[in-house]
Amino acid sequence: MNNPNTKSDSWAAKNTKNTRIIFYWTSAWVLTTALVTFGTEFIWQSDKLLTSLAILLNVVIGFGMILAVKRYLKGLDEMQQKIQLDAMALSLGVGLVVGLGYSSMDQTNLIPFDAEISHLIILMSLTYIVGIFAGLRKYR
Amino acid sequence: MKNRLKVLRAERDWTQAQLAVELEVSRQTVNAIEKGKFDPSLPLAFKAARLFGLSIEEIFQDEAGS
Repeated sequence: MNNPNTKSDSWAAKNTKNTRIIFYWTSAWVLTTALVTFGTEFIWQSDKLLTSLAILLNVVIGFGMILAVKRYLKGLDEMQQKIQLDAMALSLGVGLVVGLGYSSMDQTNLIPFDAEISHLIILMSLTYIVGIFAGLRKYR
Repeated sequence: MKNRLKVLRAERDWTQAQLAVELEVSRQTVNAIEKGKFDPSLPLAFKAARLFGLSIEEIFQDEAGS
């Protein structure tokens, strides 16, 4: 066998590095999301220029996060990519179907509260996590 | 799809982790392929064939054709 440590280092280290990069981008995105929310409320109040700049920063960093996730997915092996794809498909499908149903319930006043986008994000995140665990279990 | 990956690996006294390193996949992926739970892509099958010095057909067999 060739020098396994070299290959191991290159492939595993690349994945570890990609995971770390996602963590940094996601942390930055969460922080800028918090900046938009709490900045408007507690720091600069109704200053539209600062609010716009904060939102712009949030969106730009959000795109950086998307590219980091893309790089991470490309670095995974084919079975890990399949697990991710299945989980994302499940999350998107459930989010679309339940999200639209939930929105309709709000519009028709079947529910006494507003259908918030955050509820949809929570649902999609939980569905994605369930999908990942189901995939890992399937190929175990 | 059936395969002889586990036998070939055992003949060389390699662990799943060592084979995973050589194929540049995770150990879990090697385990799933050995158990027939996951079918590898053609490039990965070629990589395994090159590693063992065999043809793809000598490692992987289509169950429908057998």
